[in-house]
Amino acid sequence: MPLIDPSVVDLSRMQFALTALYHFLFVPLTLGLTVMLAAMETTYVITGKEIYKEMTHFWGKLFGLNFAIGVATGLTMEFEFGTNWSMFSHFVGDVFGTPLAIEGLMAFFMESTLIGLMFFGWDRLSKPAHLAVTYLVALASNLSALWILIANGFMQNPEGASFDPNTMRMQFNSFVNLIFSEDAQAKFVHTSIAGFVSGAMFVMGISAYYMLRNRHKELAARSFRMAAIFGIISTVAVVTLGDALGRLDYLVQPTKIAAIEGLWHTSTPPEAPWLIAALPNDATQSNTFEIGIPYVLTPLVAHSFTTPIPGLIDLEAASAPKILNGIKAINALQQYGLTHDAASLATFKQYENDMGYGFLAQKNAPNQDLTQITPANQDAIVQQTEKDTIPNVFVTFWAFRIMMALGFYFAALFAFAAYYSLKNEIQKHPMLLKLSVWSIPLPILACEFGWITAEAGRQPWSVFGWLPTFQAASSHAVGYMIFSLIGFALLYSTFIAAELYLMFKFARLGPEDHGAHTTPAAAEGAPMFAKPGFADKSWQ
Amino acid sequence: MEIYVALKIIWAVLLGVLLTGLAVMVGMDMGVGTLLRFVGKTDGERRTALNIIGPHWDGNQVWFILGGGAIFAAFPTLYATSFSVFYVVMILLLFSMIIRPVAFEYRSKVSANAWRESWDWAFLASGALPMIVYGAAIGNILEGVGYHYSWTGQYFQDESFLSYLLNPFAVMCGVMSLSLSIYQGGAMLMLRGEEPIYGRARAYAIGGGLVAAVIFAVGGLWVAHMNGFVLTAGDPNMAANPISGQTVAVQAGGWMNNYHAYPILWLAPALGFVGMLLGPAALAMRLPIVGWWLGAVSWIGTISTVGLSMFPFLMPSTTNLNQSLTVWNSTGSLYNLSWMLGFAAFFVPIILSYTSWCYYVMRGKVKVETVVNDPHSY
Repeated sequence: MPLIDPSVVDLSRMQFALTALYHFLFVPLTLGLTVMLAAMETTYVITGKEIYKEMTHFWGKLFGLNFAIGVATGLTMEFEFGTNWSMFSHFVGDVFGTPLAIEGLMAFFMESTLIGLMFFGWDRLSKPAHLAVTYLVALASNLSALWILIANGFMQNPEGASFDPNTMRMQFNSFVNLIFSEDAQAKFVHTSIAGFVSGAMFVMGISAYYMLRNRHKELAARSFRMAAIFGIISTVAVVTLGDALGRLDYLVQPTKIAAIEGLWHTSTPPEAPWLIAALPNDATQSNTFEIGIPYVLTPLVAHSFTTPIPGLIDLEAASAPKILNGIKAINALQQYGLTHDAASLATFKQYENDMGYGFLAQKNAPNQDLTQITPANQDAIVQQTEKDTIPNVFVTFWAFRIMMALGFYFAALFAFAAYYSLKNEIQKHPMLLKLSVWSIPLPILACEFGWITAEAGRQPWSVFGWLPTFQAASSHAVGYMIFSLIGFALLYSTFIAAELYLMFKFARLGPEDHGAHTTPAAAEGAPMFAKPGFADKSWQ
Repeated sequence: MEIYVALKIIWAVLLGVLLTGLAVMVGMDMGVGTLLRFVGKTDGERRTALNIIGPHWDGNQVWFILGGGAIFAAFPTLYATSFSVFYVVMILLLFSMIIRPVAFEYRSKVSANAWRESWDWAFLASGALPMIVYGAAIGNILEGVGYHYSWTGQYFQDESFLSYLLNPFAVMCGVMSLSLSIYQGGAMLMLRGEEPIYGRARAYAIGGGLVAAVIFAVGGLWVAHMNGFVLTAGDPNMAANPISGQTVAVQAGGWMNNYHAYPILWLAPALGFVGMLLGPAALAMRLPIVGWWLGAVSWIGTISTVGLSMFPFLMPSTTNLNQSLTVWNSTGSLYNLSWMLGFAAFFVPIILSYTSWCYYVMRGKVKVETVVNDPHSY
């Protein structure tokens, strides 16, 4: 089993990370805006006030721009597991592919089919029927997130499957354990609501822009208030769920939580400080600088005053026996594949739960061959492999802190905005309005850093404890990767430029004239694309 | 029959259904994209053509996404291997599929000529290219692909994609797939369009259907004489593991064995010809709705013809015959296939009902004046 060229693994990781982060520039707004559109349209149907219809139309237009590119870039994600993570797909496809397929059946189909009616069905459907369509789109986009996060939850904490030596892969064995994985559930709510925060900030920020310029007063004031209230509720929920996720990481991914907290040595409760800022140095395995608040870490992470939180250096040391077991498991498995004998199967079964650590050790084995590990060289290999069991601390630590700081900033901003908006005094606070405009991209940025925390903190694993990332990739030639990376870079930069241009254009235009829908030439049926000389026959 | 074997066969059939759904629905949109520059001479006409499929393209596109997800879950090893082996092809397909939604959403938002003209070219490329590639990939699979597995199940590619992608047989399959999509798109444009779009679409669609019929006949003769793959030993109830467990041989004309063993299977190619010959006739008689359904029949006939001649092979390997992917060695587990079948049985009827409802609500002719005056239109 030769290892895959490390530069191909790195390029594949880079491509996946960039395409996933790019996709997630658009997902939060889709999640949040569908729910807000449903709320606006409900108000319209109940009160019959035209302004709410106008709001639904206007925000719906901006939503549409965002939705299309979200769908388009989501396709990449559905295919990239197969195109770039072949071993991963083979290894866990039996359980990981299922939530993706169900997402298509249950959510994606409904969302995408009904979105056509949502945009084009205004004159063809009764008010309640159109409202029902909008609700179903909002429901479906959030259900979509549910199934995707169930799949991601499996990578974080593989529940609902076990390894089968006869098929050489993890096989699905419990639907209930898969979908009710705490990690998946907490992460779903956290992510969806982070989308609501993004949607709220988007609507609030653009409304603030109109207020500052005294345009579209009624639409702006109503949208602003609705968004501020929706925003403050969502922000409180997102922070609460984030705390629940932290505790889950502490229970099932101790390396991730230690990296998040920049904790190299096991903490001494209760006085261990929670670090506000630090400079974690991955090479020396220490923090070159740190400031913290004493007594906060233990209750925050463990929800207790007495439990020590294991540090990274101690976690590395604790992985040594697992690495030794893992090497035995993989060697027995290879033997079993050749002979199908009961003895190797029994050995494999004994060490099965640590097999991932065997895969991890392969990189450090002589000639990358685990069977060449002997009692004479194993200590050195185990020591090298121990260092590979933890994530990059600097990235995980800071990604988490940026996300969290933004979360608290949103809570403050939405709270003030909601307060003054409810008192009808928001116009007296232009600074707050300006801040709202400038804060439009920040929740999306927070979502991105949330993903970086979750995924960088899971390293070195693609499936936690079972399959290292460097084993999971497809064995491509470097040229293939360069080809696809250049293609993605060109396409995605063009899209983002066009998207931002149109978003700014329509947001600035505002609700009155939100379409370049009439072009005089087209209306008259003149051939627009023929060269002027051909269209205008007078030159003859 | 063992339950597991029955489930494997059911999922092989469902794989065919998915590929057919994808070909008919996405193929139709791709066909409209390809024809856009030819059926629409003015901007208003082009927008009308786009708005004919405007409310539906997004839902149709999900066939593609669902295809990816369902193959991932029901045939994990096929998903892992085929998507990687066809890397360049898949990436090109993906690029086309990403450009299209964006083109729909952005095209009419800016009225500058250069802007719209650029997106029209994007529609042409992102419509024609994927259909050629889709057909060519099926052609490549019929010919076999070079790959093998290490003991862990990691695949390794044994030949560069350039050496197999562009060969006459595969290109021919690509042209056929493009012709059928032009047919289907043309039929849809007739169904909801008016003159002059109607007449232009009719001419292209009839041409597309007839070209497809000719290639289908030539392709059939070609396949009858090319090297096929034969499963000489392999338990259908085996654990789904491609690494070992079956033996495979190459045999000239081997793809015809199933037809010789079960002559009733000739119904599949017959169905294909019925669709491809009667379809253009229906369009010539100005019966677009009949023509549209006959287009679907053509796809059903074509895909089942290929599937039945290959069964149980899904993707044969030319460099390690015994590691060829078959229905027996590359499905999900019994547990997974059962759950997935439950979900599919529950949701597919629901999907079909709201999709039909959506077409029903948006029924009727799309007029140029309406499109250019409606702020919601594409």
